[in-house]
Amino acid sequence: MHIPDKPTLHPAKDPHTELADHHAVDKLNHGDAHGHDHGAGHASVKDYLIGFSLSVILTAIPFVLTMLKLMPTATLVPVILILGVIQIVVHLRYFLHMNSSSSQVWNNLAFIFTAIIVGILIIGSLWVMTHLNHNMAPGMMSGGGLG
Amino acid sequence: MSSPVAELHEDPVLRFLFGKLDISSVPWHDPIIMGAGAGMVGAAVLVLGLTTYFKLWPYVWKEWLTSVDHKKIGVMYIILALIMLLRGFADALMMRAQQALASAGGHGFLPPDHFDQIFTAHGVIMIFFVAMPFVIGLMNVIMPLQIGARDVAFPYLNSLSFWFTAAGAVLINVSLVVGEFAHTGWLAYAPLSGLQFSPGVGVDYYLWAIQISGIGTTLSGVNLIATIFKMRAPGMTLMRMPVFTWTTLAANILIVAAFPILTVTLALLGLDRYLGMHFFTNDGGGNAMMYVNLIWAWGHPEVYILVLPAFGIFSEIVATFCRKRLFGYDAMVYATMCIAILSFIVWLHHFFTMGAGANVNAFFGISTMIISIPTGVKVFNWLFTMYRGRVRLEVPMLWTMGFIITFVIGGATGVMLAIPGADFVLHNSVFLIAHFHNVIIGGVLFGCIAGLNYWFPKAFGFRLHSGIGKVSFWCWLIGFYVAFMPLYALGLMGMTRRLSHMDNPVWHVYLIVAACGALIIFAGIIAQIVQIGYSIWKRDELRDDSGDPWDGRTLEWATSSPPPFYNFAVTPAIGNHDAFWDAKQTGQAYIQPKSYEPIHMPRNTATGLLIGLASIPFGFALVWHIWWLAVVTLIGMIGLAILHTFNEDRDYYVQPDEIKAIEDARFAKLNTTTEA
Repeated sequence: MHIPDKPTLHPAKDPHTELADHHAVDKLNHGDAHGHDHGAGHASVKDYLIGFSLSVILTAIPFVLTMLKLMPTATLVPVILILGVIQIVVHLRYFLHMNSSSSQVWNNLAFIFTAIIVGILIIGSLWVMTHLNHNMAPGMMSGGGLG
Repeated sequence: MSSPVAELHEDPVLRFLFGKLDISSVPWHDPIIMGAGAGMVGAAVLVLGLTTYFKLWPYVWKEWLTSVDHKKIGVMYIILALIMLLRGFADALMMRAQQALASAGGHGFLPPDHFDQIFTAHGVIMIFFVAMPFVIGLMNVIMPLQIGARDVAFPYLNSLSFWFTAAGAVLINVSLVVGEFAHTGWLAYAPLSGLQFSPGVGVDYYLWAIQISGIGTTLSGVNLIATIFKMRAPGMTLMRMPVFTWTTLAANILIVAAFPILTVTLALLGLDRYLGMHFFTNDGGGNAMMYVNLIWAWGHPEVYILVLPAFGIFSEIVATFCRKRLFGYDAMVYATMCIAILSFIVWLHHFFTMGAGANVNAFFGISTMIISIPTGVKVFNWLFTMYRGRVRLEVPMLWTMGFIITFVIGGATGVMLAIPGADFVLHNSVFLIAHFHNVIIGGVLFGCIAGLNYWFPKAFGFRLHSGIGKVSFWCWLIGFYVAFMPLYALGLMGMTRRLSHMDNPVWHVYLIVAACGALIIFAGIIAQIVQIGYSIWKRDELRDDSGDPWDGRTLEWATSSPPPFYNFAVTPAIGNHDAFWDAKQTGQAYIQPKSYEPIHMPRNTATGLLIGLASIPFGFALVWHIWWLAVVTLIGMIGLAILHTFNEDRDYYVQPDEIKAIEDARFAKLNTTTEA
């Protein structure tokens, strides 16, 4: 990405050396080079190929399971969901190049925060809506009661 | 006023050109609306005319409209907020007057249909177009100065964010005259806001005004987070950031996490209304309760988005006006971040009565009460900062003290409402109205006005008149109590919210008192307008050449007032918190450097302004189903954004001799001030 929008102080002359996030300094210093996004680690063709194959496999399994009707629906849905979550992790690892290196601390923190918030919202909404539907709109429930 | 019926023109050409819009969309027969509309148009014509008459267009265009300077954009946000405050407060006065007149047999002056639009518009305007632009404006002006940055991380994006917000505000004001506004209440609960029960254009205005301004808010959140993480001056570690910067960070993280929920929820409602889908309808598999669930999953973090920056403002003011380091800085930071996380696990307390049952209600009731712990920590920190401090009762400090008392009362009634059993009695009563006005006026609004008085000299180089400021403060404080304490009592007596007519002589007297309170607040608002006007008139007497009128502690006071466009001639180095205070103590403040380096700055651009302007007809076209105009303006906006990426000439270097001239002038002034 081209970043002249950013009033990065003149990299060579500016004493921006003590930022808490040292990676930011790299980024600032590369500001004039019109470089790519240094926030992410460098990826190799091998990484992309591994990621691509894993994605294809993880996508193919649910299709096969569904089309060949290999298991009952009650088992199938959670299996597909779990495979979906693994797929997300694969994308993050191989395409978005997230890893546990120290330069990625902020990326990882932001990701963990996002995951927590999304988790709270999805689990919370499911919990709330199940109870609401059970108590207030019993006709809409597809069956089953609450424990 | 009758709801304009959403009927299409018979003539296909007219239908293509104007969609649902026709001459009867404007309520020509309604004197209140026509009067307000004439007033708005008149004011706009007056401002534009005066700008033309005094040949100010080049100045306004170059220095304001196309500016990417965070200080200018912040000031424009605050001007927008103040203008919309007048509109929102006019709605409040009408509601108070209507309820006072129509509570003992009278009919009042507003038909129910109009009253519904007024309370909806009041809520939407006060939250989205007063409180939000006010806090975002203050964050924009001050936060980059506090961290020693030259601008925000993405200056053009900042300009775009502002113009989207302004476009949303324009759409709301257009809805007053052309068509109608939503009758649904400020959160437009489905299914009432669905096509079946709200066939008019009111909800569509609501949707597009909030969607357009919401995009601006989200972009602004991204921008300010990036600024705080990437552009702090050397030495400013996270735990050395001023508390206002911390609360800005927390609020913007909440914006980025919560506003997408609002956008998606309103988009789903839009799909229901525009494409006949059934997310929130009663039939077709929709579930209206899901709308309430989702909108509050945004709505609760939203109140912390507003109040956390206000907490930050009070923290800065308390430390400055007590001449003490803030008590418990670390506790303040952790409390802020705790509140930010906890704000995501309490949303159900807005609909305890919808029927989720005991287990769910108990969880959300307890989590709500837990929030009062970090908030209490903050209150004690402010009190302990004042304890044995040299408290100066300047205007910002008065607002802060008024806030502490008022907010504690509001917090106490909030804990009462957090008890699900009590909430079944108080839900949707005016007790609730009193509670959230208690925390939003007492917290957010007091904070914003305190910040306005505190940082005005930084932004403009002269102080606001303190005598008139005190008048305004006392009117607001007393007016607030007179207006809202009767509502607590009325709520306990069983009065529900949003009543346009009622016939209960016992309530009448309370409503008369509440209306008087609103008038006292009105006097406070007039005093504020007078304060600003008088201070501009007498600006030479109120001028501050030191850049540090309050003997401040944080970095924004280290530069001149108003700051030069590059903020700091030399990037400051920070060794501690209260960086500027330390520099003054050790004699390192006000030392002119021998030489200067070139400074890298962004150039102005009109792209943000033009995209924002184009989004007004875009929203208007979607509201009225004028599809050709929607397509044209959408293509125009995308085209402008793409075109902007080809503009390579976006930045430049300020040369040392120019910096030296500006800084020499500043130090010459500083020296005459100290010698005199």
